[in-house]
Amino acid sequence: MTKRAQFDKVSLSFGTPKGRLNVVEDVSYDINDGDFIAVIGPSGCGKTTMMSMLAGFQKPTTGKVLFDGRPVAGPGPERGVIFQEYGVFPWLTVKQNIAFGLTLRANHVPAAEREAICDHYLGLMGLSDFANSYPKHLSGGMRQRLAIARAYAVKPQFLLMDEPFGALDAQTRSNMQNLLLKVLETEGKTVMLITHSVEEAIYLASRIVVVTARPARIREIIDVPFPYPRDESVQERPEFGELRSHIRQLVMDEYRAQQAQMRPVSFSE
Amino acid sequence: MNGAGLRRFGLGLIPWIGAILLWYAVRWSGFVNTSLIPAPHQVAAKFFELLTKEGLLIDIFASTRRVFLGVALGILVAVPVGFLLGWYRPARTFADPMINFFRALPPIALIPLVIVYFGVDELAKLVILFYASFFSGVIVMYEGVSQITPLYIRVAQTLGANQAEIFRKVIIPLTVPHILTALRVALGVAWATLVASELIAAQRGLGAMIQNASTYFLLDVIYVGIICIGLIALIMDLILRRITARLLVWQDRAIA
Ligand SMILES: Nc1ncnc2c1ncn2[C@@H]1O[C@H](COP(=O)(O)OP(=O)(O)OP(=O)(O)O)[C@@H](O)[C@H]1O
Ligand SMILES: [Mg+2]
Repeated sequence: MTKRAQFDKVSLSFGTPKGRLNVVEDVSYDINDGDFIAVIGPSGCGKTTMMSMLAGFQKPTTGKVLFDGRPVAGPGPERGVIFQEYGVFPWLTVKQNIAFGLTLRANHVPAAEREAICDHYLGLMGLSDFANSYPKHLSGGMRQRLAIARAYAVKPQFLLMDEPFGALDAQTRSNMQNLLLKVLETEGKTVMLITHSVEEAIYLASRIVVVTARPARIREIIDVPFPYPRDESVQERPEFGELRSHIRQLVMDEYRAQQAQMRPVSFSE
Repeated sequence: MNGAGLRRFGLGLIPWIGAILLWYAVRWSGFVNTSLIPAPHQVAAKFFELLTKEGLLIDIFASTRRVFLGVALGILVAVPVGFLLGWYRPARTFADPMINFFRALPPIALIPLVIVYFGVDELAKLVILFYASFFSGVIVMYEGVSQITPLYIRVAQTLGANQAEIFRKVIIPLTVPHILTALRVALGVAWATLVASELIAAQRGLGAMIQNASTYFLLDVIYVGIICIGLIALIMDLILRRITARLLVWQDRAIA
């Protein structure tokens, strides 16, 4: 197993007007080629911050974040990112958004192939009827699917996904999960996915990293025993239920810890 | 014109008719000496007289050209300068007080100095209009550019965009709205400054016409001049708004 990404004793703190805010603390784990890592933890604990170090937008305060053995120096197309805020380009139509990456020099996509790739992803994401619409006419869930399509279209080997299915209804969400599994099966990617859904983490991931309330530390790393390719039947397996209640318990603990942190000081004193 | 367009046009006409009626009302009310207020129809008659006999079009052309050139040059410089100031925070902290200092100076106050340094020719008027449109445009530009969120640039980077591609495909589209706003603001300010710039011994131009008329107390000519300035400014703004609507169809506007 070759290591693609490594967090090595990584800590990060932000300077704020009230002093330093520790957001990530002493995190170490490896992501191997072909791994599917799901990161789960309470809101505001530091998951996005952790991912953005690997994406190349933030530098650790101490420790090292390595990609293919080298410290991450900045963002790059080999690490596709689906942002929590989508970041759909409002000045481009749906189709132009998907084509954006394909037209960049770094991706070497011949002009003749772009049309077909766009149409393919428009269809997969159920956006064909809106190909020429501007994002202002899309619903939140459609924007999210557009952001996914745009990232998939350039076929990055490594995908960083920050709550990519959060705005979708249950049905679309499970379609998107199955589509992701299919894409992984055919294109063989490595994934780091942030999610709030325990079921989603177990269904998709090969390993689940449960992080603590802020500052994010590793609470537990759990191997998911189901082999790929997976289908929805794994959700009926007894191990699935056991894993789910175990992880739920951990997440619940950390959620409470995070709540206690957020409580205004004036109430507790 | 379709039904809705006709209705909008009609709605837009109502305040104008109201203003003209009010104008007559003030004149006939007897509170003001009628010799101090020419009637709308007298002003209209004067307008046609000036147009046919006195070459009003030459004045309109002279003024419009000055505003046009002044704004074009001002914005041409304001766009890159405003962009740099908006983009690089240190540059802004460095230049902000100075820009606000110069912007606060009314161009009229500079006229004596402009005459000393640039004479009384076309150049002097251009300098004043350039000054006015540059400082109003540069502020709009840098306020706008400094609001651009880094998210879109990050997205482009993760898709593989290099510096040149980010500039061409992300930063320029995000800057266009601010350029258009800067243009509109500068146009407004430039028309307001026009009369001041034409006070510098101009032969022709709407400002010069008003200035000359005031020496001979030709109130109707002054009215014609003022109304012309307002109308041309309005038309230019309408055209610019049309262009803006075209270029920025993608924007989420509250107004349809
Ligand atoms: N640039 C920054 N400067 C200061 N504080 C920041 C910055 N970015 C994030 N934070 C703080 O770090 C903490 C963690 O933020 P982060 O976005 O990583 O949380 P998260 O785990 O992704 O939460 P969510 O599940 O709600 O998306 C938050 O308290 C946030 O306010
Ligand atoms: Mg987050």
